[in-house]
Amino acid sequence: MIRAHGGKLVHRIAEEKERESLVRLVDSLPRLPLNERETADIEMIAIGAMSPLEGFMNREDYVSVLDLKRLAKGLPWTIPVVLSAKEGDGGEFREGEKIALVGGEGEVLGVLDLEEKFAVDKEQEAEKVLLTTDESHPGVQYLKTIGAVYLGGPITLIQRPKHRRFENFRLDPRETRVLFKAKGWSTIVAFQTRNPIHRAHEYLQKCALEVVDGLLVHPLVGQTRGEDIPADIRMECYRVLFENYYPRTRTALSIFPAAMRYAGPREAIFHALVRKNYGCSHMIVGRDHAGVGNFYGPFDAHYIFGEFDRYEIDITPMFFDNSFFCRTCGNMASSKTCPHGSADHVALSGTKVREMLARGEMPPPEFTRPEVAEILMDFYRKRNKEQNG
Amino acid sequence: MKESRVTIKIPRPLYRKIGQIIEGSGFSSPTDFVVFVLRDLVGERGPAEAPDEFTQEELRSIRRKLRNLGYLE
Repeated sequence: MIRAHGGKLVHRIAEEKERESLVRLVDSLPRLPLNERETADIEMIAIGAMSPLEGFMNREDYVSVLDLKRLAKGLPWTIPVVLSAKEGDGGEFREGEKIALVGGEGEVLGVLDLEEKFAVDKEQEAEKVLLTTDESHPGVQYLKTIGAVYLGGPITLIQRPKHRRFENFRLDPRETRVLFKAKGWSTIVAFQTRNPIHRAHEYLQKCALEVVDGLLVHPLVGQTRGEDIPADIRMECYRVLFENYYPRTRTALSIFPAAMRYAGPREAIFHALVRKNYGCSHMIVGRDHAGVGNFYGPFDAHYIFGEFDRYEIDITPMFFDNSFFCRTCGNMASSKTCPHGSADHVALSGTKVREMLARGEMPPPEFTRPEVAEILMDFYRKRNKEQNG
Repeated sequence: MKESRVTIKIPRPLYRKIGQIIEGSGFSSPTDFVVFVLRDLVGERGPAEAPDEFTQEELRSIRRKLRNLGYLE
């Protein structure tokens, strides 16, 4: 099976005696509340999903990631994973001491061993990571909500954040690795998504599955934009697809608890490295992966893989072109495999589909499976009703 | 005591090319790069799952969870 990024799956969850001693200690520590993204990150670090990270980045890694798309030791890494002092210069936190990290319900989730406190230029971070400082970009908006002093150092998780959703679909990298081995899959393709799966996505997944042993559909359920379809509705869509159209022996559905960064090409590399940690050997990279609006070119997330040598990334990206149903071919195809013009293609824009669903109008089955359409129509019907009072 | 090292010969053009590749990459020398790549390759061809990654009890517990959630029969 593919090795974790950096060679070893990180595990930063305190067990037994260490946990007991940390629990005793936390009352005496300064406390830092975590926002939704940081809460997702601390758990992802602790379970090894972000291996080789053992904590929030210090200045050396942060600068290296921004400038070189690599950690300071040279390993590819494209997204800063950082913890901000919420206000001011973080004067209440001292380097060399511990900080209790507090979740949304006031519970202490873990401890940071503060190695380094450093001021950052958030505008520069936005320019380098998101390639924009435009305030309509959700990543830029996020940066506005956090402080300009970051706190770096290893973390230890005392307890997992309280999850009230998708408990039956929540698998850690150690668990997916055991699952793949038990299933006898040695090559596994991951599909990252934050949207419902329509026929075009299903086509990509099944094309990929033709050449590997197993498919992991790994929808992101962490923090997303308000206008994205809520995760519980999407999960219902995935469930009906799996029940009706996916081979049980070759496919698995599990959630990806990360927050969305909307960093386009850089996030595509991040998604690939993290899926490697979950044990996947391949990852589908479609059109405008992790993009938002028109901030990135449709295939920028493909091109960025060319900046690294194959051995460094290790997980194999499977690049796909825009796909659709072609009436003349009589099947799903892409601009790579279909010789016909767009008049023959059943392709609908996201806006058009949303409008149809909101009117209770079923999109053509060549575009989306009827079972998925039913769920989405119901969602839009209820939302419209709420909005119209 | 520090492990001793051995010398392995590689073609000079390849050595020069590695020197170009690692410029600005964080590798301090072609040797560091070659050792990194070889470790990676050798590791890949080792046991599928490092046996010490899980204790038998952990493995049993994970398998139990996977069965309970319906991932495994």
